[in-house]
Amino acid sequence: MKVRARDPQEAWQEEFDSGPKREDGIETSTISGIPIQPLYTAADLPQRDEEMPGRYPYTRGIHPSGYRGRLWTMRQFSGFATAEETNKRYKYLLANGQTGISVAFDMPTLMGQDSDAPTSRGEIGHCGVAIDSLADMETLFEGIPLGEITTSMTINSPAAILLCMYMAVAEEQGVPFSKIGGTLQNDILKEFIAQKEFIFPPHPSMRLVVDSIEYCAQEVPRWNTISISGYHIREAGSTAAQELAFTLADGMAYVDACVERGMRIDDFASRLSFFFDAHIDFFEEIAKFRAARRIWARWMRERYGAQDERSWKLRFHAQTAGVSLTAQQPELNIARTAIEALAAVLGGTQSLHTNAMDEVLALPTDRAARIALRTQQLLAYETGVANTIDPLGGSYFVEALTDEIERQAEDYFRRIEQLGGVIPAIEAGFFQKEIADSAFRYQQELEDKRRLIVGVNEFTVDEEEPIEILRIDPRLESEQVARVRSVRSKRDQARCSNALSRLRKAAAGKDNLMPYILEAVRAYATEGEIMNTLIDVFGTYTERAVI
Amino acid sequence: MPAKTAVKPVRIVMAKVGLDGHDRGVKVVARALRDAGYEVIYTGLRQTPEMVVDTAVQEDAQVIGLSIHSGAHMTLFPAVVQELKRRKATDIVVFGGGIIPDDDIAALKKQGVAELFTPGSPLQDIVAWLRKRFPEGAR
Repeated sequence: MKVRARDPQEAWQEEFDSGPKREDGIETSTISGIPIQPLYTAADLPQRDEEMPGRYPYTRGIHPSGYRGRLWTMRQFSGFATAEETNKRYKYLLANGQTGISVAFDMPTLMGQDSDAPTSRGEIGHCGVAIDSLADMETLFEGIPLGEITTSMTINSPAAILLCMYMAVAEEQGVPFSKIGGTLQNDILKEFIAQKEFIFPPHPSMRLVVDSIEYCAQEVPRWNTISISGYHIREAGSTAAQELAFTLADGMAYVDACVERGMRIDDFASRLSFFFDAHIDFFEEIAKFRAARRIWARWMRERYGAQDERSWKLRFHAQTAGVSLTAQQPELNIARTAIEALAAVLGGTQSLHTNAMDEVLALPTDRAARIALRTQQLLAYETGVANTIDPLGGSYFVEALTDEIERQAEDYFRRIEQLGGVIPAIEAGFFQKEIADSAFRYQQELEDKRRLIVGVNEFTVDEEEPIEILRIDPRLESEQVARVRSVRSKRDQARCSNALSRLRKAAAGKDNLMPYILEAVRAYATEGEIMNTLIDVFGTYTERAVI
Repeated sequence: MPAKTAVKPVRIVMAKVGLDGHDRGVKVVARALRDAGYEVIYTGLRQTPEMVVDTAVQEDAQVIGLSIHSGAHMTLFPAVVQELKRRKATDIVVFGGGIIPDDDIAALKKQGVAELFTPGSPLQDIVAWLRKRFPEGAR
């Protein structure tokens, strides 16, 4: 018999098919359920022109120089207890080589209420710092020159108020608005979709977002006025493709709203930034980041007609997946976080937060926070991964997966459009249902051990070693309550009430609300007072609970 | 219990207390309990202890399941138990879930919370616990 030269892929396929297969019942699809082949070859590479970093559609990165030009910003999200305590933590992190500040607020602050509101009981300073008025913000940034650092603030419904407080502190430090830089999360749509920290109904909420984008485009040009976030969508249980699709759909909804206001796309698009989860399924995440840039660039150029290249570039912050951390054998979280951080870096993130190993139990201790930061420094300086731009570009697998995630996202854009856009889809519970279904499917896979979490549903230990956790002193609550009451009693009452009544009038009309909020903040009106003034005009929102 | 009466399903009010909106856990648990044959009423977000107890009493529930991720469990879980006492409804069993350190679990059990489930708890454990607690359905 004559031996015929065989196609190498066919030969491999035969050997693979007849070879041994693990029979442990573990899923081979990605964590999001995308089926994965055992091997990818040149045949899986999409037919397209060579893509280059720094060039449209930016799949390979937005900078021609990648991390050779500039490393990512190591920005650890932190905040707890009082402004004074948190100020100390910021100085500690800056002294340890952190390159930007990222403020975590406590629940009452996030929900726009003062520390002495009845429903703030038990919540003060627990998952972030308590900020009630400009006085607390002054303490938070005491001794930190706002002209020299950039600050990210994770806040949504009351975002405009907290930005105004930051601006007022800058003003007091003698730093002009044009010199301050940072990012405001200010992404209300994902609150309705996933994190649920909404207060006003969708339309007035959108007005506040557009007001801040419009105002900052003129007055605070270095500020990223919105960080359109997939992180919370993912943490709530979505798949990678849902995270990507819902986030970019939100981004387009903000663009639509700004255009409707009469803004020119190239006047604001370059200040839009994004925030994604860096989850544990390594290649899927890298593909997600690459797909995100390509889709955004295409939509901005093709659909919205943006002319300025900066409007096409999707810049993003990434945070490792809180939801992937385990309370069991928590030291393993250091390894998980390192792998997730590596995915973010290989995906070309502009800035990164690495979670601390104890974050699944409480806020991080100093030691855990330092290990998390050191993990990024290790990636940047020891591993060599920052030396080559988009090192996985051209990988048969990663390129094919990038295309697949892009395709799934485009499917979702069509479905959202059929529902009438993002806000009608929120009101119909579409996103909420999609996310809950994905979360439930994943939980079922864990229950059936079709997916394993080390230390949780396999490889468990009987006795967990206790680890040290950060406790919030219960006295802090009464101290913060006393502080906000003292601010109210010491301020110029007439100036404060005038500012609030002007704000109320403006809210009922069409003016941009930012100057009115800034004036109320300067007059030491509290966050709760400003929010309540707006609630009087806008009302509040309750979601229809679905399980 | 008369032998011929059909077993009444146990009714559970699932509630998010506190200010945070992290409803992934509560929704997954609610769905799993419903699939396991329990009658589940999910209240939605930001319920005060008074609202939760109101719902449980009105719905004639046997169980309240509380979820929180903001760190306010030491204030709000005992507040629900206290409110049940005030309303003389202490036959309603309270369990909870969320990010709750071990020391707090012990303290909460002392204060009348029947059981606590932390991240990573299998759904089967929650169902098994309820089955043990209500072997014959609702009385």
